[in-house]
Amino acid sequence: MSDVAERVKKIVVEHLGVDEAKVTDDAKFIDDLGADSLDTVELVMAFEEEFGCEIPDDVAEKITTVKDAIDFIQDAS
Amino acid sequence: MFDLTGKTALVTGASGGIGGAIARALHAQGAAVALSGTRREALEAVAAELGGRTAVLPCSLEDAEATAALPGQVEAALGSLDILVNNAGLTRDTLALRMKDEDWAKVLEVNLTAAFRLSRAALKGMMKRRWGRIIGITSIVGVTGNPGQANYAASKAGMIGMSKSLAAEVASRGITVNCVAPGFIETAMTDKLDEKQHEKLLAAVPAGRLGTPADVAAACVYLAAEEAAYVTGQTLHVNGGMAMV
Repeated sequence: MSDVAERVKKIVVEHLGVDEAKVTDDAKFIDDLGADSLDTVELVMAFEEEFGCEIPDDVAEKITTVKDAIDFIQDAS
Repeated sequence: MFDLTGKTALVTGASGGIGGAIARALHAQGAAVALSGTRREALEAVAAELGGRTAVLPCSLEDAEATAALPGQVEAALGSLDILVNNAGLTRDTLALRMKDEDWAKVLEVNLTAAFRLSRAALKGMMKRRWGRIIGITSIVGVTGNPGQANYAASKAGMIGMSKSLAAEVASRGITVNCVAPGFIETAMTDKLDEKQHEKLLAAVPAGRLGTPADVAAACVYLAAEEAAYVTGQTLHVNGGMAMV
């Protein structure tokens, strides 16, 4: 697992308080991990802080799975 | 009760009668207070009176970019922004038939849109810290309406609706969003009234006196405090009983 993927998953586990095993690449934040819409905004803020990047609102809206987040951050860095 | 030690606040319109009283009251409870407004000298006079734990951050709320940047400036100057008091406001009173688009737009821009921009920018840090207070100074006329104030009343009613929506969005993050609605308060504005107008005003107030800026400030202290953590989306009317809503 790449370093980015590991860090993204760590943030998701900490923020949503979910079991690490549930945070698979295909896991959907809202449907599978119990996030609400405010959680998804906070996750994006946490990713921005962790990786020092800016995630534009139109991109943020499309980040619905763990893999979406990893892919965007990997492409951006 | 109502100890604000270690908290930081931003008060807009802090050089005015009510804004100055709010800044003083929050400061007296131990908060560090950022004073914003358009008149730097007047803001500095308030800061000098308060002594330490202040920052003077002039800002025109008609400037969208400067407004959005203000909460960040408070965080840079004082380390955090825990309590936002959207107090700044202006009037352009005239009967609706004579009201120009620019009178309407300017009042909405400063009283409502700027309050939204400041709230949006302040919420980011508050969400991270899982604690925050946003207090909008609205007005009784936002609930009752008032001839000659279609723009002002709309902006103040808008603030109440906005606050309720924000309150629902962020309640789970330890952030409350409330309004304080003053009635007739002794300020430079009411000083201009003649005795007859004054008497007429008082006849509508069961308490038999005008309110003071300190009356309004005390309501803000309460809503800012830890003790008010379970109060959100509300409007606290401070009007001597002139309208019981």
